[in-house]
Amino acid sequence: MSAIALGQAPAKRASAIDIPILRERGQREVFCGLTGIVWLHRRMQDAFFLVVGSRTCAHLIQSAAGVMIFAEPRFGTAILTDRDLAGMADANSELDRICVSLLERRPDISTLFLVGSCPSEVIKLDLAKAAERLNSRLFPRIRVLNYSGSGIETTFTQGEDNALKCMVPAMPVTSEKQLLVIGCVADVVEDQFQRCFAQLGLGPVRFFPARRAADLPAVGPHTLLLPAQPFNGETVRALTARGARVLSAPYPFGAAGTTAWLAAAAAAWDISEERFAAVTGPLAARAEKALARYRAQLSGRRLFMMPDSQLEIPLARFLHRELGMQLVEVGTPYLDRLMVSAELPLLPAGTALSEGQHLDRQLDRVRSARPDLTVCGLGLANPLEAEGLATKWSIELVFTPIHGFDQAGDLAEIFARPLQRRERLLA
Amino acid sequence: MQLTLWTYEGPPHVGAMRIASSMRGVHYVLHAPQGDTYADLLFTMIERQDKRPPVTYTTFQARDLGGDTAALVTATVADAYERFRPQAMLVGESCTAELIQDQPGTLALGMKLPVPVVPLELPAYSKKENWGASETLYQLVRTLLAEQIPAPGVVRPARPAGRKSRANLLGATVLGFRCRDDVTEIRRLLDQLGIDVHVVAPLGASPDDLRRLPEADFNIDLYPEVSRATAVWLQRSFGMPYSTTVPMGLGGTRDFIAEVARLAEVDPAPVLAREKPGLAALGGSQARMQWYARSVDSTYLTGKRVFIFGDATHAVAAARIASEEMGFTVVGLGTYGREFARPLREAAKQYGVEPLITDDYLEVEQAISAATPELVLGTQMERHIAKRLGIACAVISAPIHVQDVPARYSPVYGFEGANVLFDSWVHPLVMGLEEHLLHMFRGDFEFHDEARASHLPEVALHAPAAIDGGAAPDQARVAAPAAPAPGRPGVSASAGVLAPGTPAWSADGELELKKIPFFVRAKARRNTERYAHERGLTTITVETLYDAKAHFGR
Repeated sequence: MSAIALGQAPAKRASAIDIPILRERGQREVFCGLTGIVWLHRRMQDAFFLVVGSRTCAHLIQSAAGVMIFAEPRFGTAILTDRDLAGMADANSELDRICVSLLERRPDISTLFLVGSCPSEVIKLDLAKAAERLNSRLFPRIRVLNYSGSGIETTFTQGEDNALKCMVPAMPVTSEKQLLVIGCVADVVEDQFQRCFAQLGLGPVRFFPARRAADLPAVGPHTLLLPAQPFNGETVRALTARGARVLSAPYPFGAAGTTAWLAAAAAAWDISEERFAAVTGPLAARAEKALARYRAQLSGRRLFMMPDSQLEIPLARFLHRELGMQLVEVGTPYLDRLMVSAELPLLPAGTALSEGQHLDRQLDRVRSARPDLTVCGLGLANPLEAEGLATKWSIELVFTPIHGFDQAGDLAEIFARPLQRRERLLA
Repeated sequence: MQLTLWTYEGPPHVGAMRIASSMRGVHYVLHAPQGDTYADLLFTMIERQDKRPPVTYTTFQARDLGGDTAALVTATVADAYERFRPQAMLVGESCTAELIQDQPGTLALGMKLPVPVVPLELPAYSKKENWGASETLYQLVRTLLAEQIPAPGVVRPARPAGRKSRANLLGATVLGFRCRDDVTEIRRLLDQLGIDVHVVAPLGASPDDLRRLPEADFNIDLYPEVSRATAVWLQRSFGMPYSTTVPMGLGGTRDFIAEVARLAEVDPAPVLAREKPGLAALGGSQARMQWYARSVDSTYLTGKRVFIFGDATHAVAAARIASEEMGFTVVGLGTYGREFARPLREAAKQYGVEPLITDDYLEVEQAISAATPELVLGTQMERHIAKRLGIACAVISAPIHVQDVPARYSPVYGFEGANVLFDSWVHPLVMGLEEHLLHMFRGDFEFHDEARASHLPEVALHAPAAIDGGAAPDQARVAAPAAPAPGRPGVSASAGVLAPGTPAWSADGELELKKIPFFVRAKARRNTERYAHERGLTTITVETLYDAKAHFGR
């Protein structure tokens, strides 16, 4: 097992939870919750995401996704026009018309998500009512759900949280003892974890969301939740309200992080320490080996994380503890203490944490600190590079498999690559 | 409500961002919620700009809506002015802010900043990106020149004798198609004609530069989608004429030279005289394309079916080049820009095709599929369509992606632009000589049916199947969704889909079809099936195949 046992942080470190946090307000250079559709629709291949919004919404998803691989993607935008706003067209019947014609073309769709946006929220278009109306026509062949991905209410990864949360009421009840892993992970990661849980003799284990939206896992009083992503706090609360219990653990990033995450589940199933070590030891050792290559490149380097995907705190912990990076500032769009309670104590004392954003002021801090690596959004990366600062664009962290032992090296490489590249290129 | 899967243009405030980002000394305050900052990445990633767009967003949240979002606007405007000290400010709103009606422009005007403030009203629910760019440039120019407008009836003074004629180049922006290099190319051309370039705007211009616009003798409206409204206003207010010819292609460039020479009162003959067929080989002509198109290796380009879609300016010019300068056959012509639909309709009439005016991506895909072109000239959107259908494609218009902002000099305007277009349209096609070789050696193992032209991507393998599907686009569309086939777009989408009533192939007919080289096999299959269908035949034999061949020619 790893030398750095995250699961057993010394009790006195719990005071790190009280590290002062710089709260800022101003321009935010962060995507809105609609962006989550890009990976949610890849994970749930029988789902369609229909944003009810404006041309801006459509343009955002298209630009954030970067590539247009599919002729008819499983997401789209019902663009509000002047006619809808002026009340000349009944927005509700328009929406029904679009949904029905859309679903006629797509017999492969079993779940339709109506996704609220800034404009639909502001004009108070009731998508819950719309979903109800459509369900009365389409259910059980198709389930229609609704959630908000609007920028006035959600930041980037909160879109996933809202999407998952809206599925919770539809989940069946179970009294079986089971482990429910919360949050979108890559299929390959799910398979790896399932193998690992099976070797530990722990189960049944279900993933939420599943690969098909229609395969809703059940939930009940003996369901133990193991969040794989730090941004699904509302979903976890909704599941807790249905009787489930949360296992508090660091997130499965890096060798030590993954070990600690699995240990939380193993403890709940009373798996012996020997067995746990026998199963995870070799996996952790392999991950360690992969990490060692990057430690030399990253150790001692100074890291600045702009707020973006909400993964900042767990990743900062990983980069500091397992790769020896120094944390200049760790920004997060918002701080959900429930979701990072096992992470905060693992950050070094005195870590500069910031919540929210005032972009210009934060960039001033980046410029004065001149970190070795800045993790930021795509809008900022090239401008900072032009100022001589190495950057890593954060969206890669939600598009790439980064969880678990066998992705630990890949995750480290994501941060090492920009530094390596700068070394290769002659000045 | 309009269902949109992909959109050609962004919202109008993105057009305004293009103007602000193209210029120096201009800052744009945008009343917008979190998320709208996504647009920054278009500039920093696609255009690879090394600075953030000069835009500050108010980032209002749901909890602000009950409170004072107007105060947020004024505070943001004040902060942005303090920090960036621009020479002029644009103040506007995105789609959501339009609904809450804070009127940020009016609020900013009320702040009495020491620099001109241009309030922008860009209706997000009815207008789009190009309109937004055009309107922003127009409002900015109007505001900055308001005090210089001569009184009605005042005659524009004649150009002093001995001073060279001066022209402004209008319309070039970031995220436009090859604007950076077009400007250089047109400058070079004007230099040869003895015309001075006075101001280039908006690309690289400052507000002070815009104030100098009326000092030129005339305007060159390079990209009408962005600059026509401004050119028209400058003519009306300052009596400045403007050119309307788009200098794209040989014919376009020659006509352009003639037009600007007339406006500048210079003699175009010395420049035009060099551009005669046959001179290229002697090094006298700048337009190698002229000779290359006549070179015998280009014979195979004759009658290639080409489908053209883009902004109207580039699409109409591309159609003329395709038809008159490349010897292609235009089988489709369209634009997503309704504002400039009229010239496109006229051009379509000239080529005998139905004009396609739409911003519905699926409609464009269907039209391309039905027209069965051999080459698609389009935007990045058509590039994806063509890739899926296995058809060669070159990008000729915005919307662009990162590969459309090449490091090398690659204009599409002027004589060098014509050269660039020749290369970029011909390269995706199977080269003429290679076509012969493939035919000759098709029995050899290196040239077996599945072997593809070495320079074409993987997807070309599936071209015949995909084009087959094109014969029955409606069926293909219904079948497509069942097989999303990630990473291998278009493969399963249309294979084996036949319209009801399609004649069946006999075994010997099918065998004979296989002897036809794969790159023309799809066409042979299509033509034969059409021939058989029109004659009510139920089975296609070897004879039907050759009957059809004789009927259709080539």
